[in-house]
Amino acid sequence: MSAEAAVAESYGYRRRIRSRMLVVLALLILVFVVALLSLQIGSYPLSIPQIFQGIGRSSADPLINHLLWNIRLPRAAAALLAGAGLALSGNIMQILLRNPLAAPSTLGVSQGAAFGAACAIILLGSGQTFSTGNEAVLLTSRSISAACAFGGAAFSIAVILLIASFRQLTSEALILSGVAMAAFFSACTMLLQYFASDLQVAATLFWTFGDLGKAGWQENGLLALLLLLTAGFVLYKGWCFNSLQWGEEVARTLGVNTPRLRLIGLLLTCLLTAVTTAFLGIIAFIGLMAPHLIRPLIGSDQRFLLPASALCGALLLLLADILSRTILAPVVIPVGIITSFAGAPLFLFLLLRRRVQ
Amino acid sequence: MISIRQLDFAYGSRPVLHGIDFEVASGELVSVLGMNGSGKSTLLRCINGLLQPSQGKVEINGRTTDSLSRQELARTIGYLPQNSQPVDCTVFEAVLIGRKPHLGWQVNDTDLAEISRILSLTGLSDYTDRSTLQLSGGELQRVAIARTLAQQPSVLLLDEPVNHLDIRSQIDVMDLIRTLTLQLGIATIAVMHDLNMALRFSDRFVLMKEGKLLAAGGQEVMTAETIREVYQLHVVRHELNGIPLVTPCPEREPMRDPTTANT
Repeated sequence: MSAEAAVAESYGYRRRIRSRMLVVLALLILVFVVALLSLQIGSYPLSIPQIFQGIGRSSADPLINHLLWNIRLPRAAAALLAGAGLALSGNIMQILLRNPLAAPSTLGVSQGAAFGAACAIILLGSGQTFSTGNEAVLLTSRSISAACAFGGAAFSIAVILLIASFRQLTSEALILSGVAMAAFFSACTMLLQYFASDLQVAATLFWTFGDLGKAGWQENGLLALLLLLTAGFVLYKGWCFNSLQWGEEVARTLGVNTPRLRLIGLLLTCLLTAVTTAFLGIIAFIGLMAPHLIRPLIGSDQRFLLPASALCGALLLLLADILSRTILAPVVIPVGIITSFAGAPLFLFLLLRRRVQ
Repeated sequence: MISIRQLDFAYGSRPVLHGIDFEVASGELVSVLGMNGSGKSTLLRCINGLLQPSQGKVEINGRTTDSLSRQELARTIGYLPQNSQPVDCTVFEAVLIGRKPHLGWQVNDTDLAEISRILSLTGLSDYTDRSTLQLSGGELQRVAIARTLAQQPSVLLLDEPVNHLDIRSQIDVMDLIRTLTLQLGIATIAVMHDLNMALRFSDRFVLMKEGKLLAAGGQEVMTAETIREVYQLHVVRHELNGIPLVTPCPEREPMRDPTTANT
């Protein structure tokens, strides 16, 4: 190492990089531990050895194998993948649109998906009445409502992307476009609900509750593929994301093709959030919260902040899932309700703390 | 050396630049002067490729900027936009981002050594671990200049580098720019509003009016007449302790040298 590099070492840059790596590693371990906890907890508690036996399908009790492979593992995987995907998407949107409020829910993606699902249930009749004694519940056909939800979310994103690419709007204007899209889709959903039957309204409402139990292995597989694709892209482009924090002009003069970065980044994140919302329903606040929660620990170096946000999102959703299953056990509350309940005050706290600082 | 050859630019059907033609040698600091809306900032954006000129070309050391890749251009031209906004990171990291055109995914010892050298050149060695959010306007501008230097450019474009700074910071920053221009042999083009700062620190001047080049040259082009034509303002050109100065004066009063007014 040259003398000058030794001086650079003393500036603490390398020390900061090491500490960031440690935070990412700690998060990784924490996610693993909480995922194990999530597999343990339930109406049929499992021990750690039972979990590993069940995962290896070597448990003497076939119930354990079945419980893990068909219920708990897909649920934990959904929490992990959806949490990581939503948080990563939120973080990418916040950088690309240079707005700390950018997230799937503030860009109208969630509302677009809800409208799509409402169309499937009310207009396409993707549901059937299931009677249990004196109660009647409408069960929706998951594939049709998921496809329509994806269509709604993708449409919302397409409009915003078109506005972004053709009109060269500022980031504030893009967020306002998102708010307008959200209001438009909410109005459309309400209009549909007004003319729908009570059961259809109930089914539409039930769909909007973010629920991890909706995902099976196929859904998780697709989520994992999209997450890997997006994570690979952002890690490869880490320095470009770092440059963009200094503004559009600075990034371009540092050699970043900002329109292409923005287009590919938004396209991938939108695909990820649209698919997540289509499969699981609306899970608010994870995309908005996770980057803000982890930034004080990691700093603004996106090469570390992006993976750390993803891990933080996974951790938050795993914890929310555990809470949703234990807080009113044996009743399982949809996880979207827990994230909104916990997210709102936590976000306000972060805002106030920043103001005080 | 950078040569701007017959540059034209229009925002849609509205022409902004017309036939701009001048050269800047290595180690030379040239100030671009003119009223608001005369096309100064647009000219810088055309030079660095942020805007595409409708006609003309820019040559740097014999190569047109069109023939350079995005990365090559970033290694050749450093650009300091107006109003640099701080990001929540340390001064070291803020300067390091300027190395982006040279960086792999991981920062190596050569990069770190280069940043150390630039921090020392710009007098920021004691600030490395400080957050850019805690810096004054002058210090932040110094960091922004250091960031552009980290690109190891042969051309430096500065858009109003001393805007919004107090007089002490203005002098410090301009002094730094002139020293670095000479020391590193960079061709520097700075858009300036303060005529006296420009007169004091620049080697040559480019005067623009309504998108056209009115005059280009050394101190000899900065006459009261050309300044009046550019700014529609009566001025007196004089010297104080060997420093050239320009002082505006009311149009109806006879133009007198203020340094000899009381004698």
